[in-house]
Amino acid sequence: MNLPNKQDILSQHPRSEDRLLAILHDLQKANSDNALSREDLQLVAAHLNVPLSRVHDALTFYSMFSLRPRGRHVIRVCDSPHCHLGGSWSVLEELQRLLGVKVGETTEDGLFTLELTSCLGVCGVAPVMMVDEEMVGNLTTERLQEVLARYREGR
Amino acid sequence: MKLARAHVLIGVDDEARLAGVEDIIRTLHTSLEQAGLADEIQVVETGTLGVSGHGVVLVVYPEGIYYGDVTADIVPHIVEEHLFKGRPVESLRLPSATAAVRPSEVYRRQTRVVLRNCGVIDPGNIDEYIAAGGYEALGKSLGDMRPEEVVAEIKESGLRGRGGAGFPTGLKWELVRRAAGEPKYVVCNADEGEPGTFKDRLILEGDPHKLVEGMVLCAYACGASQGFVYIRGEYGLSIERIQGAIDQARDYGLLGRDIMGSGFAFDMEVRPGAGAYVCGEETSLLESLEGKRGWPRMRPPYPVTFGLWGKPTALNNVETLANVPEIVAGGAEWYKQLGTAACTGTKVYTILGHVRFPGLVEVEMGTPLRALVYDLGGGLPDGQALKAVLVGGAAGAFVTPQALDVRMDYESLRNWAAALGSGAILVMDESACLVDMLGSVLRFFRHESCGQCVPCRAGTDRLVNILEGIRRGQGGASALEELERIAATMQVASLCPLGQSVLLPVHTALTGFRDEFVAHIEGTNCPACSRGREVATG
Repeated sequence: MNLPNKQDILSQHPRSEDRLLAILHDLQKANSDNALSREDLQLVAAHLNVPLSRVHDALTFYSMFSLRPRGRHVIRVCDSPHCHLGGSWSVLEELQRLLGVKVGETTEDGLFTLELTSCLGVCGVAPVMMVDEEMVGNLTTERLQEVLARYREGR
Repeated sequence: MKLARAHVLIGVDDEARLAGVEDIIRTLHTSLEQAGLADEIQVVETGTLGVSGHGVVLVVYPEGIYYGDVTADIVPHIVEEHLFKGRPVESLRLPSATAAVRPSEVYRRQTRVVLRNCGVIDPGNIDEYIAAGGYEALGKSLGDMRPEEVVAEIKESGLRGRGGAGFPTGLKWELVRRAAGEPKYVVCNADEGEPGTFKDRLILEGDPHKLVEGMVLCAYACGASQGFVYIRGEYGLSIERIQGAIDQARDYGLLGRDIMGSGFAFDMEVRPGAGAYVCGEETSLLESLEGKRGWPRMRPPYPVTFGLWGKPTALNNVETLANVPEIVAGGAEWYKQLGTAACTGTKVYTILGHVRFPGLVEVEMGTPLRALVYDLGGGLPDGQALKAVLVGGAAGAFVTPQALDVRMDYESLRNWAAALGSGAILVMDESACLVDMLGSVLRFFRHESCGQCVPCRAGTDRLVNILEGIRRGQGGASALEELERIAATMQVASLCPLGQSVLLPVHTALTGFRDEFVAHIEGTNCPACSRGREVATG
């Protein structure tokens, strides 16, 4: 995979502290392990001229950022009341079985990390999950297998 | 401009995208060309058509016939049968032919102010918004009205914040206008995270220019020069659409240094969040905008005097701002005729769960909940009996069938008025177990509690554990009292509305559906749990 240069990403953002989340989003997207490295944090701190602890403090608050390497694809299952009513609990059990991991863990082949998310706002097709940027709804066992297979084949 | 014999409106929102709408649009254009109809039938890509749970939905005008669950395979058939031969494809019409009410009739029962353009115009094209009367209110304000007059008009209209607190919008703007400190900011709260709530997303996707116009009007009224739209990081399409609208508006001179040649300067930016429900709370949102942890601030001081970077800030919800151009264009007198005397205007809802027509609707303030569930939602399918309605998402109220006649406005709802803001209406039939549903709500709060204050951090955890005990039949007789006592403590002692709002779902579930909780504690059979609600296999 051809990864964008980190300095190029930084140079697109003004050196203003309120840009912090936007910069972190862009840097994380550029990493194949869906996580931010210590070097990334140092780059941001230098770019914004703030202490490293300041960057660390902010990013650890938000669920979309990770310091722990994650799989190439992050699967986020919604268990808000609406999806729950639609059977998201069973979906989650089935996913854990199919992937052989628990929530928060990464598969051995490094392909998938399983997470929970709050409501994704597409409740009309509950239960719903998000794989990277893709929403997948009306989940059944069959559909789960189909989606996993598609990502395993690299689309 | 060419005149078209018929129009095909196709709803492009997140739900349609995950059903493959891009493919279908391509197929539609190819089929129309092959049938030689490309010149007489116009395809309009628009926002949601207000129908949820039916994948790709399209509507053919002038007949107003809705098709749902449309796939690429079936498109040539619709083109051939309906558009070429003039015979609607009955088998694909929404809802099934046996239904008493069709979506077009549901549409007619609504009062569309905020959603006037949603599902009608192409949200990616500023000219269509202008053709529908867009930016007229801005022209009128900048040309003929002083900022104080805009504030007065909004005050007179009786508009109240649609985010939940119901604070009078005009008064908020006046406070910002009078507050000392420069520059002043306008911030739109598009961090919509309340479970079951996505009306703001659909407004952003369906009519983004209305929000831009509302922001500029607010800025002019308050004397602000810079604006931000803080939007959920997960809302990819909304971010794209609102960014597109801002860029177009800037090209047209509707944002920037000298808007419409009036000398007034204002510009705005989109800022994505990063997955934190608490950032929907206004002070937490401001912290996050400043690039920090989204920890709520102590209030007072309120954002009207001490907001973004400590400057006076007008912070409004998407739906609130989307009302503003309509009020300025139509006048406060017109707007006041909608809704009730104390609570004017309309409210946007998402109706979901066990109803025949899930989707997005807009009705006047004061509409009874019963009308939303049965007239607009079409009631429950297959003659199922209603068990409960969760109004307002996780921070909402569980309503019993006996209480359905409650009117939906800030005055009538009183102590659970906060639930009105989200507009989420989740309808549950007899298969829903309230112990299980409350468990889902409480786990949500435990997950989203930001951990800054102890009552919320420790309280949400205790609540989940106690409820889990009840579910497993190990609760003991005092468990229900303890749930309520902890939630009540959180209401008075928590720093922000997240912890304060947990009491509402707990209290309404325990009072309205006590038998079910007692059945779990005593180990007798819960009628809902014994049915099972496993996800379909195979």
